[in-house]
Amino acid sequence: MMKEILSGNEAIARGAFEAGCLVASGYPGTPSTEILENTVQYADIDSSWAPNEKVALEVAIGASFGGARALCTMKHVGVNVAADPLFTLSYTGVNGGLVLIAADDPGMHSSQNEQDSRNYAKAAKIPMLEPADSEECKEFTRLAFEMSEQYDTPVIVRTGTRISHSKSVVEFGERITTLPIPKLVKNAAKLVMLPGNARVRHPLVEARMLKLSEDGVTMPINKIDIRNKKIGIITSGVCYNYLREVLPEASTLKLGMVHPLPYDLISKFADQVDQLYVLEELDPFIEEQVKGMGIAVRGKDLFSLCGELTPGIIHDAFYRTGLFPDLKSPFENAASDTKLPQRPPNMCPGCPHRGVFYALNKLKAYVTGDIGCYTLGFLPPLSAMDTCVCMGASIGMATGVTKVVSDEEKKKVVAVIGDSTFLHTGINGLMDMVYNQSPATVVILDNRITAMTGRQDNPASGFTLMDSPTVAIDFPMLCKSIGVKNIRVVNPFDLDETERVLNEEMNRSETSVIITNKPCVLVKREGVFQKEPPYTVSEEKCTGCRACLKIGCPAIEWRTSKDDVKKGKAHIDALLCTGCDVCRQLCKFEAIGGVN
Amino acid sequence: MSADQITNILLVGVGGQGIVLASEILSETCMLAGFDVKKNEVHGMSQRGGSVVSHVRYGKEVFSPIVPEGEGDILFGFELMETCRALSYLKPQGSVIANDLQIPPPSVLMGKELYPQNLSEIIKSHSADYILVDGQGLAMKAGNVKAANTVLLGAVSKKMNIEEDYWLKAIEKMVPSKAVDVNKSAFLLGRGI
Repeated sequence: MMKEILSGNEAIARGAFEAGCLVASGYPGTPSTEILENTVQYADIDSSWAPNEKVALEVAIGASFGGARALCTMKHVGVNVAADPLFTLSYTGVNGGLVLIAADDPGMHSSQNEQDSRNYAKAAKIPMLEPADSEECKEFTRLAFEMSEQYDTPVIVRTGTRISHSKSVVEFGERITTLPIPKLVKNAAKLVMLPGNARVRHPLVEARMLKLSEDGVTMPINKIDIRNKKIGIITSGVCYNYLREVLPEASTLKLGMVHPLPYDLISKFADQVDQLYVLEELDPFIEEQVKGMGIAVRGKDLFSLCGELTPGIIHDAFYRTGLFPDLKSPFENAASDTKLPQRPPNMCPGCPHRGVFYALNKLKAYVTGDIGCYTLGFLPPLSAMDTCVCMGASIGMATGVTKVVSDEEKKKVVAVIGDSTFLHTGINGLMDMVYNQSPATVVILDNRITAMTGRQDNPASGFTLMDSPTVAIDFPMLCKSIGVKNIRVVNPFDLDETERVLNEEMNRSETSVIITNKPCVLVKREGVFQKEPPYTVSEEKCTGCRACLKIGCPAIEWRTSKDDVKKGKAHIDALLCTGCDVCRQLCKFEAIGGVN
Repeated sequence: MSADQITNILLVGVGGQGIVLASEILSETCMLAGFDVKKNEVHGMSQRGGSVVSHVRYGKEVFSPIVPEGEGDILFGFELMETCRALSYLKPQGSVIANDLQIPPPSVLMGKELYPQNLSEIIKSHSADYILVDGQGLAMKAGNVKAANTVLLGAVSKKMNIEEDYWLKAIEKMVPSKAVDVNKSAFLLGRGI
């Protein structure tokens, strides 16, 4: 069989393919995004981006009820959005197997919180598998589809940033071709969750979870490995692989299924070792249940509830207990005394968001922000974002703020949201804003793509995930149809226009929407983004006033004499400059200009 | 390197420099040579010009996909300041192969700080085996300035006990077909340093 080096996400896509999956739906979110970007390569799978995770799961549920195996992918916070169908899906169960991928982000490499998705498995009474590397990502995805049908339940596969984005060797298998052909089958007692039917389903859910816990004792993915009997460690996922290197001599119970726990297997393991530990990232999910069994165990007294674990952190925590004399003393970080300038992420050169934030900063707006590249508008020198909570929150929060502050302060409230985020859950907020008559201003930064997660199409981009042309949502028409009276479209590269329109709409005492109309510079599709010839700075005319530095464009560099950071002139990097023209408008000395 | 040991390599630089492709060629080479290999880097925010750290580990059997601090055998830097920032990953006797490229971070672009001038000295004080490579210059010699990463990969390859043939095969597989020849000569130029 063929072997390839795959990321966890690529391996999940491969696993879904091999399992005979026919439908894959999701919403982009780091670290889950690349799963659907990889199911696309398999023509047998209908892969699509939904406007949000709730819709994505509903698409998968429909496909499952129609008899197909269906995959649904999202990041951990996406599960919050999909939680409503998820909890009742637990009651209906499935027809074709349904697997939900929940990709956690311990350490918050690219997220607004680090919630632990295992709590969803428990709360929604759904089995959850947790792979430890790419090979397991593929195998567990296949297994999850089988379990889903065998136990009549959705199955969640939980990954994390280090699993989704690590690559390791995967051996390919064949695609299953013997699954039943999807067709409509009516089964109202199972699928119509009115109270009378749901009351019948709930006890079945409880029985299913008990059975899964019992069967978990003999599942090959839950493995006891007895080595040194003095130390026993219960662990799962990437932590298992860290542990194998930090304490290779330790006995382990590696849980492939983290919910429900195989209680009898845990008892059996605890009986065989002297000291029992649980090694898990984030919440004491396993630890609390083991303690609930009346078994003495250590876990979160050694390891933090916050952040991701690394081999170094695990090593140091076990070393500090003093119980592991063979562990060498922790690594002293000799290089940490070197102070280097930080390198935070930044909006790209030519990004159409930059001018909007420059104007918002100038107008001293109170900006309720949202989730996307434009959240970087928070960083200096633009420094024009005051809140960021979750997808779509900007608009509802702007409404809330204008309910309580003075009339003068109401004029400062501006919600800023991207095209994809607006369609995700922002539109509901706008309905509320119009309906309940908030005077706030909403800026929709329409850059034609879901940019932050790496340029995914959405219902306004005109293309599907499978790259076929489709309807593109017309934002002005959409806003008009829900009752917004004041709708303006601006060119965000025209600073005067952008500032003037913002100022006018902020001062208006009713809801207004401003839509920017320039595309993301990263869109590769022809005819969307057009790079213009780069600009240059005239050395004679540049007075070193630094006005052009106020937009934080990576293409503009302050070139100094080596010893004095204060004296210098601006320089534009011709390779990076896209000719967006924003910096030229800031220069009072006409030092910046196009090639011609 | 004995057969059961794991070799730890870090590839560091700035988002957009092509670090991920370089680490993929490196991983592919290790797999073709018969090793188990794992690699990791964090995507997402870091793509927008932030610092990028890619971990590659190979050996007979690899468990963890990330290199513990202080255990890096080779630090492979695509940008000088990021190379310096990642020194804490390096073993005391570890090797550093760094591109002499300097990419100013936002605070330097905006004139708030100066790009540090003593980076090579700092790196030297942490590594007895430090090679500074003119990646861009050598790539131009090979026929395309964009092949700088492959020049550096060639320099790194000398520190790893893997036959040249596996490297060339991995390049053939991972690089777009029209760029294979340029990248192969860039690799051999780097390997000849």
